[in-house]
Amino acid sequence: MSAPNSSAHAPSPSVHAVKAWWQAAPFALVFLLFFLIPLALIAMVSLWNFNEYELIPAVTLRNYASLFEGCSQLTDNGDLCVTLNTYLSTFKFCLLVWSITLLIGFSVAYFLAFHVRSSTMQTVLFVLCTMPFWTSNVIRMISWVPLLGRNGLVNQMLMGMGLVEQPVEWLLFSDFSVVLAFVHLYTMFMIVPIFNSMMRIDRSLLEAASDAGASGWQTLWNVVVPLSRTGILIGSIFVITIVMGDFVTIGVMGGQQIASIGKIIQVQTSYLQFPLAAANAMILLAVVLMIIWGLTRLVDIRKEL
Amino acid sequence: MTDPIDSSAGLQRRTLLQGTAGILATGIAPFVHAQEKIVLRYLGTAVNQDKAIAEKFKADTGIEIQYVAVTTDDVTKRAVTAPNSFDLIDTEFFSLKKIVPTGNLKGIDTKKIKNADKITTLFTKGEVAGKAVGDQGTAPKKVIYLEGEKSKKFAAAPTQFMSLIPTVYNADTLGIRPDLIKRPIGSWAELLNPEFKGKAAILNIPSIGIMDAAMVVEAKGIHKYKDKGNMTKAEIDLTIKTLIEAKKAGQFRALWKDFNESVNLMASGEVVIQSMWSPAVTAVRTKGIACSFQPLKEGYRAWAAGFGLPATLSGKKLDGAYEFINWFLDGWAGAYLNRQGYYSAVLDTAKAKMEAYEWAYWMEGKAASQDIKGPNGDLLAKAGAVRDGGSYEQRMGGIACWNAVMDENEYMVRKWNEFVAA
Repeated sequence: MSAPNSSAHAPSPSVHAVKAWWQAAPFALVFLLFFLIPLALIAMVSLWNFNEYELIPAVTLRNYASLFEGCSQLTDNGDLCVTLNTYLSTFKFCLLVWSITLLIGFSVAYFLAFHVRSSTMQTVLFVLCTMPFWTSNVIRMISWVPLLGRNGLVNQMLMGMGLVEQPVEWLLFSDFSVVLAFVHLYTMFMIVPIFNSMMRIDRSLLEAASDAGASGWQTLWNVVVPLSRTGILIGSIFVITIVMGDFVTIGVMGGQQIASIGKIIQVQTSYLQFPLAAANAMILLAVVLMIIWGLTRLVDIRKEL
Repeated sequence: MTDPIDSSAGLQRRTLLQGTAGILATGIAPFVHAQEKIVLRYLGTAVNQDKAIAEKFKADTGIEIQYVAVTTDDVTKRAVTAPNSFDLIDTEFFSLKKIVPTGNLKGIDTKKIKNADKITTLFTKGEVAGKAVGDQGTAPKKVIYLEGEKSKKFAAAPTQFMSLIPTVYNADTLGIRPDLIKRPIGSWAELLNPEFKGKAAILNIPSIGIMDAAMVVEAKGIHKYKDKGNMTKAEIDLTIKTLIEAKKAGQFRALWKDFNESVNLMASGEVVIQSMWSPAVTAVRTKGIACSFQPLKEGYRAWAAGFGLPATLSGKKLDGAYEFINWFLDGWAGAYLNRQGYYSAVLDTAKAKMEAYEWAYWMEGKAASQDIKGPNGDLLAKAGAVRDGGSYEQRMGGIACWNAVMDENEYMVRKWNEFVAA
């Protein structure tokens, strides 16, 4: 962290370089041990052959090949192959969840940052937002089930009010319930970083905008949004990586019949098909990295932080 | 990755999975015991790990059972990758095809098992009351004997060494909500009957779910399998195609993987017909909701679990494990399991520990002469009730196939994922 400062008036660059290395060492070590080495192992295993009960360390591309087998044509049922189909469905959820959480997260953060005047109140409301996180993810997810079910509270209410004759089936075990649960679970990951960058916006900029005759919307669009984009980007990265890798939420809320890449990897590991799962994981990693790379093209995150 | 392999001496170097195993095993603190106190780490699924059994065993022998509860898939995974992380494994017979070739299990010496010759003929010969039952899939008689104590191969004829000593087993069929269906159900074909569109569910454990699907395919007269537990690629394609068509037509409300999921789906009325496990049906009933474990004309899909010993077990722990197995077959545990609706491996000893009216209800298919209570005192059936599926001979005699691992397992899992993604 001291690197940019020290380079300006460094008496001997080599001493500082050594210091900087030492400072970076602990984290680099953790990163190496718990991320790079396991990742290298996964990459290695993804190239191995296997049978029911053992991995055979002979380099082969068959795991990758079998992932894309049949992807050049439609299946008998007129579908894309499993891998493409699954990625498409995962992307769909990603896009839906990202846009909804962004909209809600931005609005909530905006309200907290600019409309709540006292900082005590801000803290209280902020804690209120985090409160649901005191219970486990899975519990919060499962609590939707009795609410949305065929004989659930929502359907009972709708039928009681005479709005529908038959219970509404698409409330549960559908795309709708999956998106609902995701939004419920992960909007917080948008609120926090956006709120954080909004709090760092110099209030005099807003006054200047107002003095220059900008309307509320113009200020929002031309001042607040560009200055909160670091927060938006960080929030987006959180939400997108979570949704891309998720298998629990899609499983529980989708009645286990909606595919996701995470789910496929989970099924494969539970059948000891580690090399296939590893190949899948490598591809998923590549896809997520590409998305994040694309996002960081939009904002220079290092400069903004 | 080579280091840990050396520690499990004598095992195949190529078996890299065991390398991971070694790493996992070293992560677990080495157990140091006082001379007299034995603690057995019992790896299995939660379903079979009853607190009362461990307590009774400890009271009887002073040996402590420490339950390690994981899912069926994870039992296999740990047996293959971390054989030193348990002292006793409780796994299903179909998993043996994956575990035994790794050499991680040691043959159980039947000479040391007091009741070995009383184990039901269903396991040793594939017969119930002298009549052969269906042996499609991984029937226990195909995998129960090993060629020797250290063998990685199954023996074709009975030997002194058993791979697993059977503990519990049962035959699965469809569970239904008779109050919501309101008509008799007699065939597996009903699972995909459009009448139950959006109200059916199937098991999302691929190797078992596909067998249920195969029962449906046969019942509908689409195809006759040579062995439902070991399909060809073309048969897998056909079975999955049938499932995908049904799914696209909106047949399934959900797929389930876990015992509680199936109970909730049924109890909440989301689903009225689904493949189900016997104790799950009991669980729905204890909530006061009508649910039957429906006997079907095509028969049952059976499963069986048993105790196995890791190859590295020795000394006092090994003696303790044998003592536990002997104790388990001695009747108290068997009676306990029979009262839960499972079946025990040695029927004579269990019978001795059950009341005559209990035995008549659970095993002989007779009407209960008084209220039937579960082991923990819950009322399971009122006087006059008859067990679904009738007597032991009717139920176990009606086995059509056994849970299995196919030769084309990898292809099957891939196709199953296609079904889930469709």
